[in-house]
Amino acid sequence: MSTTSRLPWIEESSSLMTKYNFIRRINWGRLSVVAVPMLWLGIFFFIPFLVVFKISLSETAIAVPPYTSLLEWDLEEAYINLKLNLGNYLYLFEDAFYLDAYLSSIKIAAVSTFFTLLVAFPIAYLIARTESSKRGVLLALVILPFWTSFLLRVYAWMGFLKKNGIVNEFLLGIGIIDQPLTLLQTDFAVYIGIVYTYLPFMVLPLYSALEKLDITLLEAAEDLGCRPAQSFFLITLPLALPGIVAGCLLVFIPAVGEFVIPALLGGSDTLMIGRVLWDEFFLNRDWPMASAVAIVMLIVLVLPIMLIRNGQGKEESI
Amino acid sequence: MTSSQTIDFSSKETEVSGKDKPATSSVPLWQQEGAEPFLRIENITKKFGDFTAVDNISLNIYKNELFCLLGGSGSGKSTLLRMLAGFETPTSGRILIDGVDMAGVQPWDRPVNMMFQSYALFPHLTVADNIAFGLKREGVAKAEIKRRVQEMLDLVQLGHLGKRKPHQLSGGQRQRVALARSLIKRPKLLLLDEPLGALDKKLREETQFELINIQDELGVTFVVVTHDQEEAMTLASRIGVMNHGVIVQTDEPHDVYEYPNSRFVAEFIGSVNLFEGVVIEDEPDTVRIQSEEAGGVLYINHGISCAPHQVVHVAVRPEKIRLGHEQPEQKENCLHGRIMDFAYMGSLTVFKVRLDSGKEVRVTQPNFNREVGERFTWDDQVYLSWTEDSSVVLTS
Repeated sequence: MSTTSRLPWIEESSSLMTKYNFIRRINWGRLSVVAVPMLWLGIFFFIPFLVVFKISLSETAIAVPPYTSLLEWDLEEAYINLKLNLGNYLYLFEDAFYLDAYLSSIKIAAVSTFFTLLVAFPIAYLIARTESSKRGVLLALVILPFWTSFLLRVYAWMGFLKKNGIVNEFLLGIGIIDQPLTLLQTDFAVYIGIVYTYLPFMVLPLYSALEKLDITLLEAAEDLGCRPAQSFFLITLPLALPGIVAGCLLVFIPAVGEFVIPALLGGSDTLMIGRVLWDEFFLNRDWPMASAVAIVMLIVLVLPIMLIRNGQGKEESI
Repeated sequence: MTSSQTIDFSSKETEVSGKDKPATSSVPLWQQEGAEPFLRIENITKKFGDFTAVDNISLNIYKNELFCLLGGSGSGKSTLLRMLAGFETPTSGRILIDGVDMAGVQPWDRPVNMMFQSYALFPHLTVADNIAFGLKREGVAKAEIKRRVQEMLDLVQLGHLGKRKPHQLSGGQRQRVALARSLIKRPKLLLLDEPLGALDKKLREETQFELINIQDELGVTFVVVTHDQEEAMTLASRIGVMNHGVIVQTDEPHDVYEYPNSRFVAEFIGSVNLFEGVVIEDEPDTVRIQSEEAGGVLYINHGISCAPHQVVHVAVRPEKIRLGHEQPEQKENCLHGRIMDFAYMGSLTVFKVRLDSGKEVRVTQPNFNREVGERFTWDDQVYLSWTEDSSVVLTS
């Protein structure tokens, strides 16, 4: 008797359990770990992005802040008016100046990324092949410049490259040239600045890819008839590819939007989107236009990168 | 270029190789007087700083041999193999492959291929591309490459897996890919570094026989490095036992096991009971040894070269010893003790017997009928005996 009377109670509780199962299924521990970075990204990345996007759809106005609001309403007349201004985006495509700036930025970033890769690869390779006890020191040396302010280091390059700077003095001194070269305020100086500044971002991912490379794979390649140069291109390079892609992205993305280096080292004709943005914002006080420039830059950069990452992910899962 | 049903390995050596081997007079090349060795290692020494990894080794290996270098870690066996492949340069000495001095010949120019211990498959290439790798470097025509890759895949029974990547294969399959990759260039000499080390026991046994079949079929000379004596015993035509950079004994597996030439070899291969003793009678083909440890006189029916009253060791394998409750008739090679422990292993039972002298002896008895294992138990007083031809006297 007593056992049968207990059965409905058990049934009831089990139905209750299924009812609230979804709450139990949420892994609170995992959620709380993920929540912190998600919150951070939400507050400091996504919301500002929406704000910028909103501004890009407004018009300039002589006001504080210097743009019109998207919503207009009048409670007495009982209307809400949403006004989206796409003119900024259209203007971006109408005026060749902006397109030139984008293309020139991408070109400068691409060329500097390529040279950063050329310089970084031997460094990373060397570190990955040294005894593991000495690697720490070498890696620290690669990161060491970061202990000095970025601005100071760029100013130091001005000291190197200017008309009566160290490079020119040296070349004049040993008699290779008799007129000082114009090095500063050229695209060349911008390339040097970017390659120098972003080198560690390339070295570190390359190092971590090359460090994993098993030496016996190279021996196997040699055993099967590869000369060292061949085994480099057939084995080392393909296996370092994830590191190469990561390093190139880490250099290319910030280089496209770089402002300080072209401003300090570049000439007046060095056209980069970062400078255009600065000018729109601080010289023209055209916040909506500046926001549109920023949004388009984001799209131009993010889309191809997402495609690359996607392709890589697929390849790895195969 | 004759028939194509088997892989045609440069037809010259077909008269010695392949399936007709058992039918012919079957005197192995290494026992023939004046046979030309295929691989000559002459006084090879390799030093790393102060450490001598390989110490003045000379060794001849003949065509179609499956030679095993057997030794513990740090015995120099892998260094020797790497010198054959060209990854290490000998400090002194010469290596001749098929009569050609290998000094200064780079790994990519040697008629040698190697199967690596870790297999070293290229992770970014498919199985077929891994196997084709060596041929592509030679500039062989595409159709030819495709044909030979398929041949190799079929040989190692992986015909259907050509499109997979190495990480999608099991350990045994990877091992076969590595073997196929190292064989496709038809090397004169194949070096195998612990070829079966990464496989589990069952798979290893299967693969051992497969490896022998493939070697037989292709007629390539194999040099195998291993630390596993069982592997060496099943695979090898001859075994070179290495210790501290020196080859201590080179013999066929049977002889290495039954006639070890030193205590090191006796103890390294299989398990053995060693009795220290003094030579009391040294006839041309018999020896009598008085052993305190054994508690009696040991009699061996083969002669040794030694001084009278020299201290020697007599080695007896556990399975050569008979165990019994009654005292056997023979006076010599007969010891008395007490069973301390035993372990039933299914096919055989291992006994630990403490002799009256206090020495512990290991005895194994095959369980040829079900009750044998139960005949002896703890604390039984037993007699141990063996025939005069089943022990070996070791002077070093």
